[in-house]
Parts: sequence; C-alpha cells; structure tokens
Amino acid sequence: MSNTMKTMTVAASVAAALGAMAAAPAHAQAKEKCYGVSLAGENDCAAGPGTTCAGTSTVNYQGNAWTLVDKGTCTDMKLPAMADGTPRHGSLDALDRDLPKDA
Amino acid sequence: MGVSQASFSAALFDPAMAAPSGLVSGPEGRRFNVYRNNVVVSLTEALKTGFPVIARLLGDENIDGLARLYLRTHPPTTPVMQRFGDTFPDFLASLDQLDHLGYLPDVARLELALRRAYHAADAAAVDPAQLAEIPPEKLANVTVTLAPAVQILRSDWPIHAIWAYNTQPDAPTPQPGAQDVLVTRPGFDPVPDLLPAGGAAFFAALQGGAPIGTALEAIGTPDFDLTRALTLALQGGAFTAISLTE
Amino acid sequence: MHPTLPNAPGIGFKPQHFAELTADPGPVAWIEVHAENYMGDGGRPQAQLAHLADRMPVSVHGVGLSIGGEDPLDRDHLDRLARVVDRAGAASVSEHLAWSSHGGAYFNDLLPLPYTDATLARVAAHIDQVQDRLARPILLENPSSYLSFTESTWSETDFLAELTRRTGCGLLLDVNNVFISATNLGLGATDYIDTFPLDRVGEIHVGGHDRETDETGAPLLIDSHGKPVADPVWTLLDYTLARSGPRPVLVEWDNDVPDWLVLRDEATRAADALDRLPERMETRRWA
Repeated sequence: MSNTMKTMTVAASVAAALGAMAAAPAHAQAKEKCYGVSLAGENDCAAGPGTTCAGTSTVNYQGNAWTLVDKGTCTDMKLPAMADGTPRHGSLDALDRDLPKDA
Repeated sequence: MGVSQASFSAALFDPAMAAPSGLVSGPEGRRFNVYRNNVVVSLTEALKTGFPVIARLLGDENIDGLARLYLRTHPPTTPVMQRFGDTFPDFLASLDQLDHLGYLPDVARLELALRRAYHAADAAAVDPAQLAEIPPEKLANVTVTLAPAVQILRSDWPIHAIWAYNTQPDAPTPQPGAQDVLVTRPGFDPVPDLLPAGGAAFFAALQGGAPIGTALEAIGTPDFDLTRALTLALQGGAFTAISLTE
Repeated sequence: MHPTLPNAPGIGFKPQHFAELTADPGPVAWIEVHAENYMGDGGRPQAQLAHLADRMPVSVHGVGLSIGGEDPLDRDHLDRLARVVDRAGAASVSEHLAWSSHGGAYFNDLLPLPYTDATLARVAAHIDQVQDRLARPILLENPSSYLSFTESTWSETDFLAELTRRTGCGLLLDVNNVFISATNLGLGATDYIDTFPLDRVGEIHVGGHDRETDETGAPLLIDSHGKPVADPVWTLLDYTLARSGPRPVLVEWDNDVPDWLVLRDEATRAADALDRLPERMETRRWA
C-alpha cells in the first residue's frame, strides 16, 4: 500500500466511523440487559447451593471418572472441522501459539 | 494425634480416602462428607457462573462431571473467585474426550475475556471529536491507548457466533469459519463484537503502539474493513487517548 | 476514628438489589459486602460500592483470608483486603474463625479448626497481623460446624473469649451458626449464648439454613443462606439481644437470592427484634 493510499484509506475510514457514531452514538444500549452481574464471579460464606441431601448423598463429591454424554447445545451445532479443512490438532496447536497464555 | 490441614484437604478432594481420624464426625465419618460436598458444589457453581456458555454447550450432566475433574486437578490458587477459571481453557484443550469439540477452549477464552472486562479498571473514552480535529492527512499517524477493559481475541472457530447462539434467543446456528472478537465495556457491561477479518491483528498492533496506518499495513489483510473496526472501537469506548506521531 | 455500625438492621448486599436499596432502604440502616467481591480494579462492583459507601455504613466481611490456616497469611490478599476496607470507608471489618486455603489451593468453604493451644497461638498471631496491617481491630465470626475434633481442649466460646483477650479483636456472633452447630453437635444453643463473651460482640448475623436428616435419623443443618431465617433462630436472636443489649443485626442471604421485598421483610423482622428490647437497655458498644 502506498503512503498516499494508506493516508486516504485511514482518512476515509475515520470520517465514516465518526459518521456512524453520529448516527448511532450509544453502543447498542439495549444489549446491556444481556449481561451484568452474573458475570462477576462471587465469593460468599455460605455452604454451596443445591446441597440438598448434602450430608448423605455421594452425588456431588463422587470421584473423577467422567464420560462425555450427548447433551447440551453442542449437539445441535455441526462444526466438524476448520473451514479451510485444516485438521483440528494442527490448527489448535497453531492457535495455542498465537494466543496470549493465561497466567 | 491432631488432624493436619494437609490430611484434611487431601481427603476433601479424594472421596476414595477415608475421613481423617481424630474427627467426631458421625458413623463412618459421614459428617466429613458435608465439607467434601460444600467444596465441590461451591466451586462447581463458581465455574458454571463464570462459563455459562460452556455449561450450556455441554449440558448440566457433562459440566458437573467436568467441573469435578477440573477443580480437583486445578483448584483455585487465589481466594478471589472472580479469577477462578484462568486455566480452564487450556484444561478443556487437554482433554481427549473433547477433541471433537475443538472450539470449546476458545469459547472459554471469550467468556474469561468478558469477565476480565467486567472487573477491569475504569477509564474515560476519548471524545470522538478529538479525531475529527486532526487533519485528515495525518490520521494515519495517530496512535491510540486502549481502555483497560478492551480484550482482543482471534480464533479459528466461529466463537462469536457460538457465543451468540447460546446467549441470544434468535441467533442463527453457527457456521464454520474463523472469527475475531473485540470486547469493550462502554458502560458497566462488556460487549463482544464480531470484528472484520484481520481485526484482532489490527487491534493487537494498535495495542503495541503502532499508528493506525502502520497497523493497517502490518496485518496484510486486503480489503480490511477499517471503517467497521474503528466504528466498533469508538462505539465501545475502546480508546482512552489518541496522539499524533510524526 | 472510623464510623461505626448502628444498632439497627443491615443486609448482605447483592448487586441485583442496588436500585431498590438506594431508592428505598426501608429499615436497612447499613450493608455488609464480601470483601473478595470488590477486589477487582473497577466496573460496576466498585461503582456500586462507592455509591453505597457515601450513603450508609458499610461492613467489610472477608471470606477468604484463611485466618485459621496452618500456612502463613497471604500477604497479597491482606493488601487487597486493606484496599477494599479503605475504598468502602468500612465501619467494621470481620473475618471467620476458619481456614479455607492450604498449600496454595483455595477451597471456597469455611473449614473447621481444632480448639487447642497450638491453634489458639496461631490464630492469635494471624489476627495480630491483620489488625496491624489494617491498623484497626477486626471482628471474628463463630463458625457453623458439622463435626468436631477429638484433640480439642477448649470449648468454642472459651476459645473465642481467649482470642479477644489476647488480640483485642471483637466478635461477630452468628446466631444461625450457633443454632446449626448446636443441633449438629448435640449441644445447647442457649448454653452457648450463656457462655459467649457478649460484651465483645460488635455485630450479630442471622441467616437461613437447610434442614436434613442424616443416615442415623439425626437432624443435620446446613449453613446454606438460601432461605428465610428459621423461627428458632429468630427466637435465639431474641434470647441473645436480651442479654447483649442492642447490636447491629445483619440478615445474610447468599444463595437463591430473593426479590428485594422479601429480603427487606427479613430486615423488618430484625428491626422488630431490636424494637422489642426494653427502652433503657444499656447500649454500650464492644469497643
């Protein structure tokens, strides 16, 4: 990209973005209701919720064995492979390298 | 002989172990199980609260079992529960059973990003009028400071579509494809926006201090929709300062 | 001087009640927040806390310091607590007689302690450290118990009394916890109150519990904070207040958080309990 092209592209885009802001300044305020306090991740000093039969049931603290069962919305989605056909393992490895790691 | 906290905590996480001796805890130490239960239930709930889309994708039965496994192998390392789950995306990526759901780790990263944005420091966004005052021919030399709440994600998976499908009533079924996402926090509630292709690299370059024009060149995405990217950033209050470099 | 909590009802603050609480607090004269929920950098939690702190006394209630832990106190966490106390202009700071971390892992539950000389020395040292860092006394809360330790040589009430003597800390008396522990351990709840150092009590908690039956048919109460306060706990509050005199009384409701009006009604019951006290009852504070 030539410097002139770049300068023109940026100038045009900033102007257009400012125009869009003038037309719809508030960022979709209606969206606000979708999130909120449930995101917070809270501490409390109570025993865990849903502890009914807590003293006697083994359901909640049983061992580590876990087998995936066909449940949840992932069963409605068909996302078998990358759009470019990259095998899953290769692409995920690449992804791991690119993404900032959590501390 | 006393009950050490090492033995107490080991037995908390291993239901196959007997309750520590030295406790008055009912037949077969059953009252000890109340603590076992409380720990697992409270941490499971914390994980499901932090990752509602992962919980929905997998369903209750799976997420409960998965949470048990996670919290025993990766117990929280801080008492601040808003930070619990930092290692959850990598944990999801490590499980063979989830190989066929390769998008889960990146969706979890998006959920972590939303929570981080929620708690990020406040910062006033620049007035867009400041940009309007800069001579058009110099706009390519503008550098920006991103708000602490801004989070940039790129994925080989359609993470924004998956997130929307699981949080919004009329969202379409996700289609395969890579997606970049910009998380902003215009008020108190984080907003994840789908970026045009190349958008994550563009904002990462800005974050690294590159002027707008340099960032645009650096990403090497022909036909990058710069207008859309800038509009989303301005609407989300993503810029807290702009300055002109020579 | 720090502000103090009034001898009036308070509630455990939940963000979803913010608008209603600020519009019409009703009998609610003060709030309590869990310190850990305000350890982020900004956003809604800090904005709500700042707004509320301008309008009513705030009690900062830590749940994660692990004061009873065998490990050293987490200094970073103590610093975070100090920051929240400062931001809230806290009228009171409290923590628990319990541990919740060990070997770098945090269990998100308040775990029990044996009442021995060794525990006493360790907890007292930790309380000293907290009070030195915060430059103020804290209140320590009695736990809800599901079991006890054969090695214990102190009763819980004597143990707490000795801690206040050694450290100068005050006490947060949770009468729901007293009722839960007494039921689970087969002890007398009023006996506990009778031997509790009530002159050191700076705050009282009430909250809901779940009632279950264990495999021997014995009642097992769980400290779930997910229901209205049970009638026998209200009765125990009356019994306590009649002996302690008026105190700040907090209603805790952490799970299945109800609509504001339901929580406000619980605060009204606490107000009624305080109103029933004889008018000229001594109103001295713990410190």
